[in-house]
Amino acid sequence: MADAASHLEVADLAVARGGVPVLEGVSFALAPGSVLVLKGPNGVGKTTLLRTIAGLQPPLAGRIAAAEGAIAYAGHADGVKATMSVTENLVFWAEIFGTGRDRVAEALDGFDLTLLAARPAQMLSAGQRRRLGLARLLVTGRPVWVLDEPTVSLDVASVAMFAAAIRRHAAAGGAALLATHVDAGLGTAAELDLSAFRAAPRARIAGGFDEAFA
Amino acid sequence: MIALIRRDLALAVRAGGGFGLGLAFALIVVVLVPFGVGPETGVLARIAPGILWVAALLACLLTLDRMFALDREDGSLDLLATAPVPLEGVAAAKALAHWLTTGLPLTLISPVLGILLSLPPAGQPWLVVSLAVGTPALSAIGAFGAALTVGMKRGGLLLSLLVLPFYVPTLIFGAEVAGRGAAGLTLATPLALGGGITLACLGLMPFAAAAALRVNLR
Repeated sequence: MADAASHLEVADLAVARGGVPVLEGVSFALAPGSVLVLKGPNGVGKTTLLRTIAGLQPPLAGRIAAAEGAIAYAGHADGVKATMSVTENLVFWAEIFGTGRDRVAEALDGFDLTLLAARPAQMLSAGQRRRLGLARLLVTGRPVWVLDEPTVSLDVASVAMFAAAIRRHAAAGGAALLATHVDAGLGTAAELDLSAFRAAPRARIAGGFDEAFA
Repeated sequence: MIALIRRDLALAVRAGGGFGLGLAFALIVVVLVPFGVGPETGVLARIAPGILWVAALLACLLTLDRMFALDREDGSLDLLATAPVPLEGVAAAKALAHWLTTGLPLTLISPVLGILLSLPPAGQPWLVVSLAVGTPALSAIGAFGAALTVGMKRGGLLLSLLVLPFYVPTLIFGAEVAGRGAAGLTLATPLALGGGITLACLGLMPFAAAAALRVNLR
């Protein structure tokens, strides 16, 4: 469990993709109200690190300390159902996360989706769809946002909207961990360059249960 | 979980959802069989329970591969895995939604299909009972197979090969119940065995499916 001082603590973490270690020795802590931006070239392991922190895959070594049910993850895919309307998509996630419907209205408002609320998600543009994916974060009610390339296909105005949402979330005591290539307009956010943690090249770890599924 | 079942049912009946695919498939099989084997009612009545069960089984198989694959493709599966609902619950909800959209409608219209195959009236209730008892196992086993093959594009072939051997006992006992019912014989033993298989599958398969999903999400 994380102590009260930080939402998320990562110590000496090593992660692997497809059995090949990509990052090792990653350590940082996310205090309430803080935003950390992960940087690094393509393939350095940003997505792998975020998926590991979100609990979708086990770490190779090291420790991830976060409160149970603190992390809301948003990956490359938005998890939007094309035949459901914008509101239905958000209401579904509100029910899954056990938060109220009033949060849905708040989320629609926060990402300027109110006018699109009744529209089927398949009619949305890529940027609108991404905004819907991000609005889902507001619906989860979870304190730590773990975001993988959240600004992809967003225009300048939407990026500003996103930055405002992050700032509000941080001001309310939340925290966010982002991987991004562009400047998301989060002036005060700390940055961590992952190229420094690249794992030493070594042979693939052979055997194991995963091999059958690789 | 109720929200997940409700969403899956809503998605199933909307465009491209696949509701009715299994039903239509079973109907086509049942309509075509008399053309293939000839219209003698004696022959048809004898093979009707088996044909109906095979049709139900294949109809179930038809929609299995989309159980997790669609959620995997649009990223919902990752998000569900990080949601407060345990993956075992997700798997159980998915299996139940699959049964509600394939097994249950098939069970309900089976008397009509039975008439098309000249199943004796005495066999009708037992056909419904055997499908009601057996088809939940098909969805539960199918959830495990779908979870194993979720990472694969076009994993349908492998899924069918994986799942079919596990379907055989349910098929044998289900068809036996329906057949004995039609012939007026005692059927407590196959019914109990089929019910036992279903209960075991319902208890175990969500856990197996969740374990397979966890590995596939890595």
